[in-house]
Amino acid sequence: MIISVASGKGGTGKTSVAVNMAISIEKVQLLDCDVEEPNAHLLLHPKIINEEPAYMLVPNLNERSCNYCGKCANFCQYNAIFVIHEKILIFPELCHGCGGCILICPKKAIKEGKHKIGMLKRGYKGDLELVYGELEVGKPMATPLIRQVKRLIDKNKNVILDAPPGTSCPMIETVKGSDFCILVTEPTPFGLHDLKITVQVLEDMKIPFGVIVNRAGIGDKKVYDYCNNKGIPILLEIPYERRIAELYSKGVPFSLEMTEYKEKFQKLFNDVKRLANK
Amino acid sequence: MKQIAVLSGKGGTGKTTLTAAFSVLAKRIVVADCDVDAPDLHMLLHPEIIGKLEFKGSKLAVIDGEKCVKCNLCREKCRFDAITKSFNVDQFSCEGCGVCTIVCPVNAVTLKERVSGFAFISKIRYGFMVHAMLNPGEANSGKLVTLVKKNAKAVAEKENINLILIDGPPGIGCPVIASVAGVNAGLIVVEPTISGMHDLKRILQLLEHFNIQPLICVNMYDVNEGNTEKILSFCKDKGIEVAGKIPFNPKVTEAMVKGKTIIEYSPKSDVANEIMHIWEKISAMLEYKKLNG
Repeated sequence: MIISVASGKGGTGKTSVAVNMAISIEKVQLLDCDVEEPNAHLLLHPKIINEEPAYMLVPNLNERSCNYCGKCANFCQYNAIFVIHEKILIFPELCHGCGGCILICPKKAIKEGKHKIGMLKRGYKGDLELVYGELEVGKPMATPLIRQVKRLIDKNKNVILDAPPGTSCPMIETVKGSDFCILVTEPTPFGLHDLKITVQVLEDMKIPFGVIVNRAGIGDKKVYDYCNNKGIPILLEIPYERRIAELYSKGVPFSLEMTEYKEKFQKLFNDVKRLANK
Repeated sequence: MKQIAVLSGKGGTGKTTLTAAFSVLAKRIVVADCDVDAPDLHMLLHPEIIGKLEFKGSKLAVIDGEKCVKCNLCREKCRFDAITKSFNVDQFSCEGCGVCTIVCPVNAVTLKERVSGFAFISKIRYGFMVHAMLNPGEANSGKLVTLVKKNAKAVAEKENINLILIDGPPGIGCPVIASVAGVNAGLIVVEPTISGMHDLKRILQLLEHFNIQPLICVNMYDVNEGNTEKILSFCKDKGIEVAGKIPFNPKVTEAMVKGKTIIEYSPKSDVANEIMHIWEKISAMLEYKKLNG
């Protein structure tokens, strides 16, 4: 069972939900796919048992074999290769690692090289396994690292994926292949607007989903009206309470101190299982 | 012409709330919403659209079922697992690289341009707003951000406006890098939480990497005053200017519900007051040309 936790708007409480659910149930593997700003480890304080650099495959040119025909540059959709006179410029930051330049080079002058994009880390808090990626600052492309984080999915466990905010490639890469997606929103106009966009993405991707309303009590009732009209299940409400905000600010998952939430997150997990037919 | 980007690393710290308030205070400005996959600024500034451009950011492979001989070569060579067992293209995985077009022995695959969103130029009460909407699930938000910024410059030049204010997306990846390219300063909005402080360090490194002057303001500072102190002393050690610290006030959400900026909704509130101070500081910096630019 793979559950992703997403939201269009940032800062709605994705990581908080993912971590609190993870510590409330058994046999969990939590993957923090927000590689630009991974935060789950800040709430979990895991013991890191393995960390290794993550690479992307980029073109590596053997200039001696190159005749500057320019076919590679012409092929590259991402403008990662330039051929100017008798010189080739390669921009690994723009490369998507498709390997097309290698296939198209008539002189076999391009081989696959490695370009470091970040770190891949794995650790434990008790039985709970945490995997996360950390994108190197200045590297634009998050998706290749997200793909590598997801390669470590252990299907024998209850897998929880913490997605990055937004609705573009990094979010899509994360939620792809999940059995269910939990959308965390807040009951405000911004929350609702970004929720609607995210709902459209999940409908297109045919991933079943439900909503958690975080900071319930602030804002207005329009998120509820929208969910009711669309028949979207509201899985849980987490009220706006200063105590929750303070615990979060200190890096403490609130269900550890407000133990009544442990059961709520267990129920959430069981509801999700039922809704995903798992 | 000066450009300032409002940034945060972590999402939901108050970038849009602040950007909208600054737009009112600046009186005449070009404001750019660069959070193109979840844009929210229009809900506070109510732009009146005067121009709309199609954005073609990426391509998509299309397989001609009549020609396809199901040889499987495209599936083997695609690094993005974008070709399904039944030889269809999964649009959510395809990155439009074109490898399938060159390996196909019967020329059954072509690349088609896709309209991945729209860019807008609009009028607001305080000048102009440039914004965009990436179609849900589309890639290449960085390219669309670059288009929005190009529009911002063009409008500013044409209308003789000398300040562009950018509402940045969260994170540190491609749309953020596109947002900060060429700006004079980055105002980082940080909340006093462990995550907020962690993400602050990463966005600061990003600004340093691109040689952009940082400025910091702490939002909802009273949620954890101990952490706020830590942020302030961290900034002091690093020689980073702190523009101000904004208290938590439910009026911010009330203003949002009413579709107003906090300056319009509650001009006498502590939050509005502090935002005015911050804006004064930023304007002073711009006027005395302390910024490199």
